[in-house]
Amino acid sequence: MKRLLVFVKKEFLHIFRDFRTMVILFLIPGALILLFGFVVSTDLKNATVSFLDLSKDEMTQKLSDKICSSGFFKRGENLKSFQDIDPALRGNKIKAVIIFEKDFSAKLISEGKATVNIITDGSEPNMATMATNYISAIVADFNSELAGGGKAAALRVQPEVRMFYNPSLKSQHMFVPGVITLIMILICALMTSITITREKEFGTMEALLVSPLKPIQIILGKIVPYFILSLVDVIIILLLSRYVFDLPVKGSVVLLLAEAMLYILMSLSLGILISTVSKTMQQAIFISLVGMMLPTVLLSGFIYPIENMPKAYDWVSAIMPPRYFIIIIKNVMIKGTGFLYVWKETLILTLFTLGAIGLSMRKFNIRLQ
Amino acid sequence: MTTKTIISADRLSKSFGAVKALQDISFEVAEGEIFGFIGPDGAGKTTLFRIITTLMLPDEGKVTVLGLDCVKGFRELRKNIGYMPGRFSLYMDLTVEENLNFYATVFGTTVKENYDLIADIYSHIEPFRKRPAGKLSGGMKQKLALSCALIHKPALLVLDEPTTGVDAVSRAEFWEMLKKLRKHNITILVSTPYMDEAMQCDRVALIQEGKILSVDQPGKITAGFSRKLFSIKAPEKYQLITALREFPLVNTAYPFGDSVHVTFRDDVYDDSLIGFLEAKGVSGVIIAETRAGIEDRFLELMEKK
Repeated sequence: MKRLLVFVKKEFLHIFRDFRTMVILFLIPGALILLFGFVVSTDLKNATVSFLDLSKDEMTQKLSDKICSSGFFKRGENLKSFQDIDPALRGNKIKAVIIFEKDFSAKLISEGKATVNIITDGSEPNMATMATNYISAIVADFNSELAGGGKAAALRVQPEVRMFYNPSLKSQHMFVPGVITLIMILICALMTSITITREKEFGTMEALLVSPLKPIQIILGKIVPYFILSLVDVIIILLLSRYVFDLPVKGSVVLLLAEAMLYILMSLSLGILISTVSKTMQQAIFISLVGMMLPTVLLSGFIYPIENMPKAYDWVSAIMPPRYFIIIIKNVMIKGTGFLYVWKETLILTLFTLGAIGLSMRKFNIRLQ
Repeated sequence: MTTKTIISADRLSKSFGAVKALQDISFEVAEGEIFGFIGPDGAGKTTLFRIITTLMLPDEGKVTVLGLDCVKGFRELRKNIGYMPGRFSLYMDLTVEENLNFYATVFGTTVKENYDLIADIYSHIEPFRKRPAGKLSGGMKQKLALSCALIHKPALLVLDEPTTGVDAVSRAEFWEMLKKLRKHNITILVSTPYMDEAMQCDRVALIQEGKILSVDQPGKITAGFSRKLFSIKAPEKYQLITALREFPLVNTAYPFGDSVHVTFRDDVYDDSLIGFLEAKGVSGVIIAETRAGIEDRFLELMEKK
């Protein structure tokens, strides 16, 4: 026991004295979550739109107010003529220009229709499509308001779409579970495999092997520090998502942390397993990145929904532990479901963990190759 | 005087693919000896030491260390061996003190308990105990690594090329320290590529391409040199060697420090050599008979093979 403690202490010293390790452990998780939350955000928020109002009546005033009060758009300068549109868009400050035709309300009343033109900056296709969709939706909403308030109150069935779980379509909801999954694999598998292969490269493993330390003590000594630090990381990420992105954990925090511990343990044993098959740090990094991180990003449902994948990829993804963890964490964090809804995934993850631990214990060599 | 046998190796062989690292190695080391393995890089010294320290399994043959079989008794054996690998196996980001304490605890002891054993060695580096091991000089790293290998008072100390990459003064100091360890009844197995260090050992084994050429006391090994040896010097050493090797009566000519060690056919020195060398453009030649060293014997044994 004393031997294990001194080993754990030594590992902590390695971690705290190495600047790069500290950056990977504490800066990258925070940076990733903020990056995905803010920069890669696919939300439309306060995009500036300009209006070219050629009729300037009550109706256009109402509609433009409605667009600007939606929270998605804010009012930019008012344009005076068609010539202003091009420079305005080129100035890169506004995302869309909305044009109301001449005699807007008169036409609306007499002919029952009037035209709104939406011009967007196609060089930002995502933004452009989103802006068009949002504005169209607002205009449609405006139409139905008019119809509802109007005298021709013909009964119509209005489809009402409501998004469950992510009503405001906040993209961070999708990213937080993904980022946690990714970071855990990165820290746990990559870092543990690196520290063990580093001992091999620097020859200290020889000295450890000649010592009376048992393999289990060496493995535990490597696992314990990273287990604790990874858990701290999960908590940091959850706090960030709670206080920066306003995304609380809907379900039980205890359940979430317990599942996270299981997943961390699994990633750590994968890291040990990687280190048993690689001789150098470079090899370990390569296997961790290509073998762990890429599949996590591509095949776990983090970025591309599994439902949209060809069948073959679906099967491959079935043997990716991150896939199950993402399901668990999405359920607990966003839907707020309890253990009963994720027991299957938990069981699969437990089996993966046991398998990885068993394999790495067996493969851990008590001698040099 | 009957002494205990500490290491007994019997017909050891080990291959890595097509490379035969060790072939049929047998030797015995007695208690309290400083036993040296002398041989060039790639001779198989490290492989042999790794088998003795239970880090590798031999393909064939059997080693008994401290009365325990190296393969079956590895767990018990690991408690009683101190091993200093060729790369000093220190944690460069930990301080001197932390390294020592770590190894002490791992081996189930404390620095205090066995301090008297390492006091001689550790006192040299104690002033720097707060310094990271990576910032020590080669000689100090070596002393720290030795302290770490000794801290659990092993019955057998195995040192793999401890003096490689260390300055000449530290090397001399190091051998003095090893000799002092004898009074603690610690058997020392050491390897080195430096032939001159052989004289510091009680007994040496000359090893080359995985085979032992000879095992004996260093004095007896040099005495085994069977021919008359001449030391020849000239300002142009390279030309001298080339010219010597062309002379029909020269048997062998090997560079040795700033001179060339030469043996002649039938051990007869012929005065015509000077004229021959001058004709080849080598002048200022000094010739003297000399006593053979370990290296000369080593080269002779290699020739015979």
